[in-house]
Amino acid sequence: MKRATLILVPYLWLLVLFLAPFLIVLKISLSDAALAIPPYTPTLKDGIGALIAELDFENFIFLTEDDLYWKAYLSSLRIAVISTLLTLLVGYPIAYGMARAPDEWRATLMMLVILPFWTSFLIRVYAWMGILSNEGLLNQLLIWLGLINDPLTILNTNTAVYIGIVYTYLPFMILPIYAALDRLDSSLDEAAQDLGCTRMQAFWLVTIPLSRNGIVAGSFLVFIPALGEFVIPSLLGGSGTLMIGKVLWEEFFNNRDWPVASAVAVILLLILVIPIVLFQRNQQKQQEAEQ
Amino acid sequence: MINRILSSAAAAALLAGTALADEVRVYNWSDYIDESLLEKFETETGIELIYDVFDSNEVLETKLLAGGSGYDVVVPSGTFLQRQITAGAFQKLDMSKLTNKDNMWDVINDRLKKYDPEGAYAINYMWGTTGIGVNAGKVKEVLGEDAPVDSLALVLEPSNMEKLSECGVHFLDAPAEIIPATLAYLGEDPDSQDPDVIAKTEPVLTAIAPYVQKFHSSEYINALANGDICVAIGWSGDILQARDRAAEADNGVEIEYYAPKEGALMWFDNMAIPVDAPNPEAAHTFLNFIMDAQNMAAASNYVYYANGNKASQEFLEKDVIGDTAIYPDEATLENLYTTSPYGPKVQRTVTRMWTKIKSGT
Repeated sequence: MKRATLILVPYLWLLVLFLAPFLIVLKISLSDAALAIPPYTPTLKDGIGALIAELDFENFIFLTEDDLYWKAYLSSLRIAVISTLLTLLVGYPIAYGMARAPDEWRATLMMLVILPFWTSFLIRVYAWMGILSNEGLLNQLLIWLGLINDPLTILNTNTAVYIGIVYTYLPFMILPIYAALDRLDSSLDEAAQDLGCTRMQAFWLVTIPLSRNGIVAGSFLVFIPALGEFVIPSLLGGSGTLMIGKVLWEEFFNNRDWPVASAVAVILLLILVIPIVLFQRNQQKQQEAEQ
Repeated sequence: MINRILSSAAAAALLAGTALADEVRVYNWSDYIDESLLEKFETETGIELIYDVFDSNEVLETKLLAGGSGYDVVVPSGTFLQRQITAGAFQKLDMSKLTNKDNMWDVINDRLKKYDPEGAYAINYMWGTTGIGVNAGKVKEVLGEDAPVDSLALVLEPSNMEKLSECGVHFLDAPAEIIPATLAYLGEDPDSQDPDVIAKTEPVLTAIAPYVQKFHSSEYINALANGDICVAIGWSGDILQARDRAAEADNGVEIEYYAPKEGALMWFDNMAIPVDAPNPEAAHTFLNFIMDAQNMAAASNYVYYANGNKASQEFLEKDVIGDTAIYPDEATLENLYTTSPYGPKVQRTVTRMWTKIKSGT
């Protein structure tokens, strides 16, 4: 009985907060756009029979007919992969430093990583607009230092998007890696060196593989939201920044075509579900192997 | 744009919990009212006013068509108003409650009939033109003394845009404004609904798009005022607000507004009451308050847009009623055109073309 209740809770959670909304989106993706409230047809008012009879895959076929959509998916994938790698490059040394720091510092360092969350995400992204713009702080500083003569155009380019994503998602990368490194017994490192490894070799051969789980978890926590990111590219990106989040916005708001927008969202979800399932399976196999 | 969406989402969430009778929720464009009017409304009527803002017609329309927006008064532009009336998004106004209706200006009412034929659903709030805002000093520095600042050639000729891109150009992220302007420049009918005619704008816009720093519908006010950009295609009053902000900041930036000589789009922003407004009674009270001559004049004096209220004109400041960029003279008025909403098929073609122009894909 107890066991059943225990299992029921997460399933109920999944049903109410994931499956039900997903089914609604799926249903809309099979409907047709209309000038009405809500702006698609058929709706439940038409009766279940008519509802099912009128659904079709037209919108999904439409997505394959225009190269915009797969280009946007690919471009989003590229931006998400590159920013995940950049976040890892910046985040790992920070997490490593935190894990190796004296005990009495750790709480403070942890606090510093979490501190940015105390300010609204939007305000932080807006602050970057002030830093990166042509007349912004960064350009003024570089000009004052004499490093450049003309301001660099960073705001409204993909570079600004990368900076924004790396900055915003950095804590999500640092925290899991820190958790993995923190559990590492530092005597392993010493043992490796005693057995003839240089410090560098010990790091590559022992520390990195043992923190793999943290790296994978951190990378997923950055990659998944970055793929569908909308706010950062629309505030920091330029007209050339093509991301699926923006395409989705245009379908929804400019074309008022909820069915096509929903079809785009369903495919985005499928793109995300496949790597997540593969990742889960991999983790499971690993655990089984360890046991 | 996003913060507005979030704030209104929060408002909608609050709404679910409370439904006080004496509360009116207004959803208006950003930077579009003298905020002291909001307090005045509350003290005069005792109705609590919740005021949210948006910066694109699309956002408003999506909320309205989703149903249950929770707003009592919204402010769509003409073409959107027309389509939303068709979709059944608004309720008919109760004219008996709008005692100030005689203040309205018949000239504007007549033009508004294009969108609201019976004049039954909306009253005009502000109107204006879409034109060119320039940082005069910088543009002359880049293009020389005879820069064509009063012509669309300034922003539609690649040779000009290549040079202007050094100091920054913003375009409205609104195909329904930029495409008619491009058609006017090409000598076509700006209100054309023919996909073949609309397609003629694509090569023109594709050629200049690489030189546009950003397509955005509200950032240009600050960007112009700060000197971050030197040219923007934007809405008249917004550019005049940028002019004033620059003058206040005393940063040496001088902004000028031009309605292009090839013709300029004239648009109307109108107040209407959603069909599912929680408090239509208070919504009428708010509309009537805005239709008061002095209140409307205060709003126009503050935002530098012309309004559809004849009686308010005697209370307008000289630099508003006397400025032809706000209240155009007869010659300019004749050179203004209006547009109709695109049908769904044409809309999709237009959006697709717009994405292609902006992103190259």
